[in-house]
Amino acid sequence: MLNASLKQLSGLLAGKKVSSVELTQTFLKRIAELNPALNAFITVDEDKSLAQARAADALLATGNAGPLAGIAIAQKDIFCADGWRTTCGSKMLHNFIAPYDAHVIEQFNRAGAVNLGKTNMDEFAMGSSNETSYFGKVKNPWDLNAVPGGSSGGSAAAVAARLCPAATGTDTGGSIRQPAALTGITGIKPTYGVVSRYGMIAFASSLDQAGPMAKSAEDCALLLNTMAGFDPRDSTSLEREKEDYARDLNQPLAGLKIGLPKEFFAEGLSADVAKAVEEALAEYRKLGAQTVEVSLPNSKLAVPVYYVLAPAEASSNLARFDGVRYGYRAPEYGDLVDMYQKTRAQGFGAEVKRRIMIGSYVLSAGYYDAYYLKAQKLRRLIAQDFTDAFKQCDVIIGPTAPTTAFNLGEKSDDPVSMYLSDIYTIAVNLAGLPGMSVPAGFGANGRPVGFQVIGNYFSEAKMLNVAHQYQLATDWHTRMPQGI
Amino acid sequence: MSLNLADVKRIATLARIAVEECEMPGYLQQLSNILDLAEEMQAVDTTAIEPMAHAQDVVLRLRDDAATEPDRHAAFQAIAPQVEADLYLVPKVIE
Repeated sequence: MLNASLKQLSGLLAGKKVSSVELTQTFLKRIAELNPALNAFITVDEDKSLAQARAADALLATGNAGPLAGIAIAQKDIFCADGWRTTCGSKMLHNFIAPYDAHVIEQFNRAGAVNLGKTNMDEFAMGSSNETSYFGKVKNPWDLNAVPGGSSGGSAAAVAARLCPAATGTDTGGSIRQPAALTGITGIKPTYGVVSRYGMIAFASSLDQAGPMAKSAEDCALLLNTMAGFDPRDSTSLEREKEDYARDLNQPLAGLKIGLPKEFFAEGLSADVAKAVEEALAEYRKLGAQTVEVSLPNSKLAVPVYYVLAPAEASSNLARFDGVRYGYRAPEYGDLVDMYQKTRAQGFGAEVKRRIMIGSYVLSAGYYDAYYLKAQKLRRLIAQDFTDAFKQCDVIIGPTAPTTAFNLGEKSDDPVSMYLSDIYTIAVNLAGLPGMSVPAGFGANGRPVGFQVIGNYFSEAKMLNVAHQYQLATDWHTRMPQGI
Repeated sequence: MSLNLADVKRIATLARIAVEECEMPGYLQQLSNILDLAEEMQAVDTTAIEPMAHAQDVVLRLRDDAATEPDRHAAFQAIAPQVEADLYLVPKVIE
């Protein structure tokens, strides 16, 4: 059951071979056994999960249940879930019990899915290694000395270690795709605006997008069908016809044109990752796809642009954490400003404070044009590069991350070197395009490698098709870590 | 672009984050490194480029000017650090 696809689990539940309560208990037991070593979950609430499972069993008994009814799904601790502690990995929200559901949570509840618990993450989704969480580091189940990637590192580790059948993540600069690659799972960040941000704690609002993290592209399609949809409460939610993201999964790939950005296969890419991606491309050629070189000349500026724009937006979004309405308040203070300053100094961790400070600086009088406006102009050039590239190809494929998972502590004292682990994912967020990571084997140190599929706007069904056909021909996505 | 300690102090004030004197050199170093990274942007001429604020070219939706939110102040204030008589308490602002 641990390695079963969502479709298989759905079949077992519908056929009364297993109940949602049994399924939920199986995973809760596994979490109790393995989470102490992995630290993938911040909050588990057996009573709440089992109450939802009993309701799902009642729904399943009516025969009118959808494909996710009764399936237990782990939720990144960035999504507000009514009555659940929702911390965003921060001391600032260590005691915050959400009084409402995020749109994503509502959608899963409507589908009859069970909330299996809240997964660990980098504080306020700021990080690429899941080492900045107030609730401790997450370990990579393939090697407990390695990071799982971030910021959705808890969700990635939980899926990789089969502590849950599937999970949710969010991706501002690579936070679904990079941890998916580093833990050998599949994850997709949809086109900006496809999944509502309502109730998803904001980091950089023009970049934040939620998506599924699971074992396979087929599972991701099923999850995205539930997560996506127009929501008037998110002003950037797109009003589009509901679509079935699984509709093209079985299309053959003959004639598919894959663009290979030459900048992604250059200096900085480690040899073992390059080899695994080349082998995946060879598999695609066997499946009838052609490859063509494309260029994204401004992609090298994506990291500096991102580390101006994302902190700028974060400094504004995180101004709400002032110790007045919810969350942490410093125990001792003088006047109002002193209360704000001490609350924020004590409630935020080092990386969050750095980013708020950078954001405050680049938006301040005298520096706005040189940093913020300059970065917004370059953002347009970066997006335009993709528009030009998609004139020559259907999808773009390259590495998700330049290396396999690095060691815990290896980059935590050097923020800039940490930022460079998102070098291939960030440009996709800046352009607002969909991107996904697909497992492609293992690197020299036995740690997983992922390749990235980047699609044009709203081409999620095509990308999932491209990934699914590869997963029919290979078995990397079925591998699970042993001995944890 | 290198900062000095006075810049760090000003940035901390803008950000409403208390920074101890002993933390200043560390912030100075790290923030300067991040701004050095941002300096790489200057390599490209962007004179005639229109800034891009958002991934999708969408216009903000309008809705009828009607109250749609139910009154949930009790639930919302139950999670506040300090509340009295339905009001959030903060240190005295006006003497």
